[in-house]
Order: sequence, then C-alpha cells, then structure tokens
Amino acid sequence: MSKVIKILGTGCPKCQSMTAVVKDVVAANNIDATIEKVEDIMEIMKFNIMTTPALVIDNVIKIKGRVPSKEEVLALLN
Amino acid sequence: MFDWLQHIADWLIYSVFGIAAETKLGTSLNFFVYDTLKILILLFFIVFLMGIVNAYFPIEKLKNYLNKKKLYGLEYFFSAVFGAVTPFCSCSSVPLFIGFVQGGIPLGVTFSFLITSPLVNEVAIAMFLGMFGVKATLIYAVSGILLGTIGGWLLGKLNLEPLLSDWVKKILDNKMKQAEYEEEKQTFSQRLPEITRGAWDIVRGVLLYVIIGIAIGAAMHGYVPENFFNQYLGGGEWWTVPLAVILAVPMYANAAGIVPVIEVFVAKGVPLGTAIAFMMATVGLSIPEATLLKKVMSLRLIAIFFGVITIAIIFSGFLFNMIL
Repeated sequence: MSKVIKILGTGCPKCQSMTAVVKDVVAANNIDATIEKVEDIMEIMKFNIMTTPALVIDNVIKIKGRVPSKEEVLALLN
Repeated sequence: MFDWLQHIADWLIYSVFGIAAETKLGTSLNFFVYDTLKILILLFFIVFLMGIVNAYFPIEKLKNYLNKKKLYGLEYFFSAVFGAVTPFCSCSSVPLFIGFVQGGIPLGVTFSFLITSPLVNEVAIAMFLGMFGVKATLIYAVSGILLGTIGGWLLGKLNLEPLLSDWVKKILDNKMKQAEYEEEKQTFSQRLPEITRGAWDIVRGVLLYVIIGIAIGAAMHGYVPENFFNQYLGGGEWWTVPLAVILAVPMYANAAGIVPVIEVFVAKGVPLGTAIAFMMATVGLSIPEATLLKKVMSLRLIAIFFGVITIAIIFSGFLFNMIL
C-alpha cells in the first residue's frame, strides 16, 4: 500500500534538509510513497507539534524537531 | 587558552606573508586570522554542546510542568531559563508559542520563553565568549534571562489574550489532542553523528557572517583611531543608550556578524553596557521575527510586545553602564 509521507515545517533550512533526506531515501529504494510538504502553519498546528521539522508517515508523527539520517528514515518506511 | 592560536596568526602574517607587525595592514590581518580561528573553534564547540542538550531536552515535560505546578511567579523565571537553554530556531518559534498557549500556559509565561529564546542563543554566547570573555558573556546571559522574566511578567499583567489572531483563539477554544506519536528510540551513539552534522550545519550557515563581521572588525581595529567613538557614542550621554537600542531593533544582523563589530566599538571607547543593549535589541527583536509572529498575534500585540522589550533593554543598558 502506498504510504503517505508528510513533512511539516515552515521552510527553515532544517526542514529543507529533512525533505532532501526523505526524497533521497524514497527514490533510492523505490518506495511506493507520496511526499507532501506541509508549510502552512495552520495545517502544521493541526498535528500539535512544538518543534519543526516533523516527519509524519500515514498520519503518525515519527520524528520531530530534528533532521534524521537516511538509515533511520529507511527503517521507518519499512 | 588560545595562545597557540596567536602564535599561528603571528607566524602566518609576519613570517609567511612577511607583513611587518607595526603596519596597520599587519595588525588588521593578524587580528582577522586570530579571531576567525578562535571564534570558529568556540562556535563549533558550543553549538555541538547545545545540540546534545537539544536532543534530550524534554520540551513536552517542561510544558506540562509549567502548566501544572503553582510556582508563585517563578514560572516566568523557569520559562526564561528554558528559553535560554533550548537552541533557538526562528521557524520553531510559532509552533512553540502555540504549543505553550494551547497547553494552558499563561500568555505572560509564554512570552518569557519567547523573549529569552532568541536573545540567549548558542551562536550569540559563543561569539560573546570569543570577543568579550567570560564575564561579559555571563552578564549578557543572566540579563537576557532576567529580561525575559520581567518582560514576560509585565506582558502577562496586561491581559493581552484578546489580541491573539482569531485562528489561534479558535485553537485555544477547542483543545486539540496531539496526533498519534511514536516515542523515538535511539541511543546516544546513534544520534551523535546526526548531532555533529547539525552543529556543523549551523556553523557553516553562519560562517560567512562570522568572516565578514570579523573582517569589518579587523579593518576598523587597524584604521579607526583610538577613542573615535568617544566623541559620538562613548561620552556617556544618557541618550546614547536609547539611540543605540532603537537603531538596533529593525536590524536583523546575525549575532555571528554583529558581535565582532561591536567588539571594536567597545575597544574604541563605547561603554560595554551600551554595546550589550545594542546587541540584545539586534538579536532579540527583528522585522523577520515580527513577520513570523504576525501569524499568531495582531499587529497591536506585536507592537506592545516589541515596545515593552525595547524599553526593558534600554533600562538594562543604563543599568550595565552604571554597574560595569
């Protein structure tokens, strides 16, 4: 089943690095997933997080406030 | 502690480049090399330490703690201290703000956090330590925390909740539950590479500002005559502090770029208190921050917030100049 990945962040450098990491992992491993960047603060606050960037996979918050490594993202997606 | 760096700078400029130590160019270049190396080492070290603190800082627990306990006014102080120890990222300030208010923390206590967080941050501390030494750094950090405590308490007394943005008020009304969250399980050794990379990213991000700031500072050191600023800013006239602060509020100089320039001002005769006040107004209040806050506050609330803090910084400038 296709996974829905959301990256929450208002566009700060850290959020961009997270997006880059996730895109790399998805492309390199042929993972069936859609990546959505959520930049609107009102949408972000619906997840009630306090630190950005945050990684949400299938509506579960997996990581918040830091940029994960590729290995970690891969582990979360499998 | 940094003697060996001075030797490197001396060797590089006077021996390798063969520029005489007595020339203005020699003094400036030596200063530039020494300061750049020293600051970069300090910067990486402190940012790295803060990265570790950040990785383990229990922000959710803090939120619950500030909310539940009756702290007899100390909550403003705690909130300001937490603002100081959490590394600041301007993009997190709005989510943090809403998270706090939503968690039932009074607006004033939230403001304490919001004031101190950009004011006392790892880059500013590293730069201060490198350029002014331990004593000035402590004064800066402690007064940043006191400023947050008092500023938050004052703003709390003003009952400003009605001036929040409509959508924030709506969020406050129907308390939301947090989306499902899986606790992260990662060991320290797993996180260390990531923390190191994060620290390096921050240092790399401010590298250019550090170099430009130190270059300007170095050039001024060599070419601006001693006591030059005394005639304009350093004479201790009472209006120099408000002037410096008001000039600084709209400026958005990265702490990394502004501190080396301030250091020269002080070396050439500007009182340290005026310089610290200038620095606080530059990093603590800025147009980009106001733009971010615009999403959660009305313009009037931002104006009150900035006004109260500006006045508080001016007063602390006076105080520093009296006691230092």
